[in-house]
Amino acid sequence: MISVQNVHKSFGDLEVLKGVSLDVPNGEVLSVIGGSGSGKSTLLYCINAIETINSGKILVDDVDVHSKDTNKDKLRQKLGMVFQHFNAFPHMTVLENAALAPRIVKKMSKEEAIEIAKKELEHVGLGDKFDVYPTRMSGGQQQRLAIARALAMKPDFMLLDEVTSALDPELVGEVLDTLRLLADEGMTMICVTHEMGFARDVSDRVAYFHQGVIAEIGEAKQVITEPQNPLTQKFLSKVR
Amino acid sequence: MNSLFTPLSWDDTGYILTGVWNTITISVVAIVAGTLLGMIVGFARAESNKTVNFLFGSVLDILRSVPLIIQLILFSTFVGAIGHPMNPFVAGSIVLSLYTMAFMSEVFRGGFESVSKSMQTAARSLGMTYWQTIYHIRFPIGLRAVLPSWMGVALSVIKDSALVSVIGYMELLRTSEQLISRTQQPLEILIGVGLFYFIISYPLSHYGRYLERKMAI
Repeated sequence: MISVQNVHKSFGDLEVLKGVSLDVPNGEVLSVIGGSGSGKSTLLYCINAIETINSGKILVDDVDVHSKDTNKDKLRQKLGMVFQHFNAFPHMTVLENAALAPRIVKKMSKEEAIEIAKKELEHVGLGDKFDVYPTRMSGGQQQRLAIARALAMKPDFMLLDEVTSALDPELVGEVLDTLRLLADEGMTMICVTHEMGFARDVSDRVAYFHQGVIAEIGEAKQVITEPQNPLTQKFLSKVR
Repeated sequence: MNSLFTPLSWDDTGYILTGVWNTITISVVAIVAGTLLGMIVGFARAESNKTVNFLFGSVLDILRSVPLIIQLILFSTFVGAIGHPMNPFVAGSIVLSLYTMAFMSEVFRGGFESVSKSMQTAARSLGMTYWQTIYHIRFPIGLRAVLPSWMGVALSVIKDSALVSVIGYMELLRTSEQLISRTQQPLEILIGVGLFYFIISYPLSHYGRYLERKMAI
C-alpha cells in the first residue's frame, strides 16, 4: 500500500503540493487527473523519492520514503516508474535495456536477467524486437519498452507519469492496451493521465488535482461522468 | 673539395625513425593522460555548480589560450630555475598532457551534459545507484557523442607535439631540422616529414570515422 499523508512540497517560493493525503491499497488502479501545474506529476516524483518533500509523510508498504534511514535505491526497486519521455537507453538493444537493471541492481546472473527481460518484453508485445535498437522503433514501441523495463524489476507498484502525452495519437492505443493488461493482472498503479476514457474505464478511482490539493477523489465512473466538485466539472468540460 | 655539408643518405634512416618514434611516444602519452584527466575534469565540471566551474574554467582558459610553445618554454625554464631541471621528454609530456587535458575536458563536459536529466532519472527510478547510472548510462552515451571531437583533439595533439622540439626533445621535427642543417636539403626533408605526420594521422582519423559509424546511435 502507498500512503501519502499531508504532503507539502515547494519549489522555491512556489508551493506545488499543499497538503495532499491519499491511500492506494494493493491492487488498486488510481488515475490522477488535473491541469498542468496542479502538482500531479510532482506527487509521483515524491513517492519515488526523486523529489524531496517539505513536510508530511509518504509510506510505501510501511517504509517511510523520505526518512534518512531509507535506502532510496532499494525502495525504488519496488516502484516501477514510466515517464512521459520514453528514455530508452539508446546505446543498448531492446533486450539489453530491459535486462540491465535486473542484472546490475538485483545482481542476477546474465541468463536470469535475460530470461526475465524476454518475458516482460513479450508481455508488452515486443517479443520480435529483442535485438533492435530503440531509436529504430516508434514512440509507442519505445514506451512499451519503458514499461517492460520497469516490469523486469518485478515492482509491486507502477507509477505512470503521462505516459501517452508524447505519443502521436495513433500510437496512444497500444500503450493504453498494455496498461489495461497490467490493471487486469492486478498491478497496483498510480497513473497521471490526460486520457479521460482510460481513467474512467480502467481505473478503480480517480483523483482530480487542482492547484496542489485533491479537489475531488472517488470511484472512477462517478468522478469522470458525474463530478461533484464544480472545479472538476469545469476541468472535465474543458478537456472533453 | 670536401663540403661542410653531407647529403641525405640511407644511413640517416635510423635517426629519422628515432624522431618518428619519439613523436609517437610523446603524442600517445599526452593523448592518454590528457584524455583520462580531461574525462575526470570534464565530469567534475558537468557536475559542479557555477562557482566551482568558474574557478576550474579560468585555469583551463589559461591553458587553452596561452600558445603551447610559450607554455613549454616557461615550464622548462621554471623547473630549471627552481633547481629541478627535467629532461625534455618529461617536461614536454607534462605540458602537452595538461594542454590536451584542457581541450579534452571541454569535449567530455559537453558529452556528459548531453545526456538528459530525464534519462538519468529513468535509470535511477530502476533502482540504479548514482555511480551505476554514470557507468552504465551517462559515460557510454556521452562518450559516443563526443568521439568525433575527441578524435579532432587527438589529431591536433600529434601535430602540436612538434612544438616540444623547442625545449630540446628529439622528435620528428627536431631530427629533421638537424638533418636540414647538415644536408641543406630542406625541401626533400620537410616534404618527407610532412608525409610522416600524414601517415601517422590519417589512419587514426580513418579509424575514428569507422568507429563513429559503428557506434552511431
